[in-house]
Amino acid sequence: MKAFAYERPATVQDAARLASERPNARFIAGGTNLLDLMKLQIETPATLIDVNRLPLAEVADTPDGGLRIGALVRNSDLAAHPRVRKDYAVLGKALLAGASGQLRNKATTAGNLLQRTRCYYFYDTTQPCNKREPGSGCAAIGGFNRIMAVLGTSEACIATNPSDMNVAMRALDATVETTDAQGASRTIPMAAFHRLPGDTPQIETTLKPGELITAVTLPKPVEGVHLYRKVRDRASYAFATISVAAIIAKGEGDKPRLAKLAFGGLAHKPWRVEAAEAALVETGSVEAASERVLEGARGHGSNDFKIPLTRRTLRATVAEALRA
Amino acid sequence: MDMNQPIGITPLDREGGLVGRPIDRIDGRLKVTGRAPYAYEIRDLKSPAYGFVVESAIAKGTIRRLDIDAAKRAPGVLLVMTHENVPEQGEKKEQVWPQLQGTEIRFRGQPIAFVVAETFEQARAAAALVKADYASEKPQASLREAKPHAVEPKAMQTPPDSTLGDFDGAFAAAPVKLDVEYTTPVQIHAQMEPHATLASWETGPDGERVTLYTANQMLNRGQASLAQVLKLKPENVRLISHYIGGGFGSKLQPQPEATLAALASKSLKRPVKVALTRQQEFHVATHRSDTIQRIRLGADPNGRLTAIAHESWSAATPGDGFYETSANVTRALYAAENRVTRHRLANLNVPFASAMRAPGEAVGQLAFECAMDELAEQLKLDPIELRIRNEPEQDPEKKVPFSTRQLVACMREGAQRFGWDKRGAVGASRDGRWLVGMGMAAAARLNPLMPSQASVRLNPDGTLTVRMAMTDIGTGTYTILAQIAGEMMGLPVERIHVEIGDTAYPKAAGSGGSFGAGSAGSALYVACDNLRQALLTQSGLNPEGATFAEGRVTSGNRSEALADLAGAQGVEAKGEIKPGAMKEKFSQHSFGAHFAEVGVDADTGEIRLRRMLGVFTGGRILNQKTARSQALGGMIFGIGAALMEAAEIDTRSGHFVNHDLAEYHVPAHADVPAIDAVFLPELDDKANPLKSKGLGEVSICGAGAALANAVYNATGVRIRDYPLTLDKVLDGWEGRAQRRT
Repeated sequence: MKAFAYERPATVQDAARLASERPNARFIAGGTNLLDLMKLQIETPATLIDVNRLPLAEVADTPDGGLRIGALVRNSDLAAHPRVRKDYAVLGKALLAGASGQLRNKATTAGNLLQRTRCYYFYDTTQPCNKREPGSGCAAIGGFNRIMAVLGTSEACIATNPSDMNVAMRALDATVETTDAQGASRTIPMAAFHRLPGDTPQIETTLKPGELITAVTLPKPVEGVHLYRKVRDRASYAFATISVAAIIAKGEGDKPRLAKLAFGGLAHKPWRVEAAEAALVETGSVEAASERVLEGARGHGSNDFKIPLTRRTLRATVAEALRA
Repeated sequence: MDMNQPIGITPLDREGGLVGRPIDRIDGRLKVTGRAPYAYEIRDLKSPAYGFVVESAIAKGTIRRLDIDAAKRAPGVLLVMTHENVPEQGEKKEQVWPQLQGTEIRFRGQPIAFVVAETFEQARAAAALVKADYASEKPQASLREAKPHAVEPKAMQTPPDSTLGDFDGAFAAAPVKLDVEYTTPVQIHAQMEPHATLASWETGPDGERVTLYTANQMLNRGQASLAQVLKLKPENVRLISHYIGGGFGSKLQPQPEATLAALASKSLKRPVKVALTRQQEFHVATHRSDTIQRIRLGADPNGRLTAIAHESWSAATPGDGFYETSANVTRALYAAENRVTRHRLANLNVPFASAMRAPGEAVGQLAFECAMDELAEQLKLDPIELRIRNEPEQDPEKKVPFSTRQLVACMREGAQRFGWDKRGAVGASRDGRWLVGMGMAAAARLNPLMPSQASVRLNPDGTLTVRMAMTDIGTGTYTILAQIAGEMMGLPVERIHVEIGDTAYPKAAGSGGSFGAGSAGSALYVACDNLRQALLTQSGLNPEGATFAEGRVTSGNRSEALADLAGAQGVEAKGEIKPGAMKEKFSQHSFGAHFAEVGVDADTGEIRLRRMLGVFTGGRILNQKTARSQALGGMIFGIGAALMEAAEIDTRSGHFVNHDLAEYHVPAHADVPAIDAVFLPELDDKANPLKSKGLGEVSICGAGAALANAVYNATGVRIRDYPLTLDKVLDGWEGRAQRRT
């Protein structure tokens, strides 16, 4: 770990201002990912801005029947929140499928949004990694890449976003609220929040430098069965090989009336293809939906299995929702 | 005492005695309250400096230049030790190598520098400033590619090869044949406590000496090897390991951090402490090699084996000769007239392979016990019945009797308890989305006895002090030693002070190879027996019919309190055990049988254990509770080996890709549902004076194979490449060829 300056601003405004003034500054909340990365010198911030005491830990109903989740709401608290349990079950299930009880007690909503990839090569500073060291190359391509992406990859990077929460947030059409040094707020839809790697895999979100996440807002609840199916190599405390967040409302016969489907473990961002959902609603064919979801999917050797696994898991998840 | 004959009746045979009782660990309270200090937590030495190991980033090549200027200038840095300034060292001993010797790199993670600073954070930050310029060469890191060039290794205790009869002829003539290849991956010990050492080098009037508080399973062995490497007399090297947070073989020998801390302390004239990080554990310390195993079985139509061949290939770092003895146990497991076992070793530019829990047997039985299942399937025989039909009357290769062998009893008891008769046909059982299957496997593990010494002292207050350089790596050694001494001397465990973990005490076997409890406990038994004789002689009591109970010795109508006999000085006795003729005259193994029920998700191929039972025999059980815990631990190792554990090698760079516990998976609680371990009554009077046998390893042997066989029973997919991950199940279902490592 490199020595760093530590700041604990009193207001949201001060935090955003500090972040824009100080070179190479990072916000720290739960620190469940950042501290590990700092110990390995994968992250080497010059300044840590501790946001833990900012007043961003509220969960509140919105006027339109949605839910506004403060950036600092801990994952455990969010999963246990009555409205999450009642109206956004897919989110609660996704949260509880992630990490361990101890980590969920520390990890925050905004921190989870910014969780970095678990790519083995990203974590090993002796290996080339375009995300860690732009221009150095990608050792995961041609290496052992069981946990890597099969969709939206580039020649520069095949890493995945490892979060469970993000997948549910994507299915729920959440929006991310931010504020910047000038005090200007904006909202970013989940669909536009995470980026594909392209040739700049080091840039993972559309946040601007110094921009601080203040909340995540969920629209009013969508009626339907909420499922989060996480397929993993051990029963607990393992990142998803792939996962499916599904909100499905039963229609006539075998056809769903409504389907919202987001996938984890497949790409650099939570993967959602609205055309696949439309196909499922129109035709009732999970195969047709899978084809749309997996359009352009390409394995890299040890992760080839994710493609058939996604088909199988989607089929099982849709069937489970329609049975429910 | 030399173990030359069966021991006969002993005081430990008393009905309802202290030995065997499921008492709590006597060190349990210290551990759960954080008052049992591990090596890194020792605060006895003033102002230690902190070391950090700098690892080689490449697996093969040479260091052209090592730039340490920035590291030397970094805050708090006291020393940057490299091949250019490291103190002179002696020759390597066993796998303890002199450190920082020259510029040649043989594996990724080889220490290339050791940075010492005032604080841990400073040392770690400065270590990142050490820049190496390498002339890198392409490493050989694939066992599969190196296999054709593998050679016969130098024998380790037993010869690498064995042959009996005419295997080729018998196999060719056998009406039923199996010829299969199994592979097992690199496995990591993943013990909780990392390797850690606090070293203090002192120069006194009588020369130089070093004390190491360190995480080590076999102190006297470590003392001897460190003495040679550090160029000191063994008596001037003191190792102290009072508490050890797991070892599983990774601490059988001192690892580089111990040598580096000692050398840095010598240079700085100040105590130096160091712990490997979890990531460093994978490369700087040792692992279990991957193996390729070919098994050929020939049988008659009734399932009687006529030919057995078990060949195993494993890997070692160039210059090292440790090989995985996968086929050793096959020499003693099943009857057949014609037999071959063979081990071959390939040199790879990977970190050091060494012993991990049940070295040889654990992965050997992962393969062999599945091959038996395959043969049973071919013969349409119940797997237990196949094993019963091949039960040997004596050790099939050594041609001597077994000291005890209750394999069949373990299988029958397990079958009955587990409900084996409810096992369905392949692919026939389903519970919701889960395909359900049952599997079983036999377990066998060699039972060695090692030389060991002990001293006991009856103190004036009537308590007893036990001393030996034994270790407790979490197994319950403190407790069983107190039970043995208590029973022998007629004292409650509260009045026994067990002092172990220090080479200042009598030389002991240490913890490893399932010999710890039997060897150290036997030395203690002998010491107590000698103390009893001394007290009887001193008191003039008639030894005939004398009993030691409730703090007194009684004979006839006379009775003396031990506290009175201790006098002002106390009374001391010593004891020693050595292996003897029993080792050659009898084949000694612990045996067992594993039963597993798994569910396989019919959609995703995820495999989850549903329940598991192990039935074992290990001679006298010294403490039913700690023994059961240890057996459960071994079974959980088996769950990991079967379903998830694999350190993946990137053959381009020779490193373990998933070198942390986020991606190297060991079972989490949710992976371990209802499992149970039971012991059948047994006494082995040929094994040692306690009549006990090793338990630490038999419980891992075959455990994973039971799961693999259950997966086959559930799905009809036979996966021969461990671990059994969901992608391999999907390959089987969807008709893709199995990828082989």
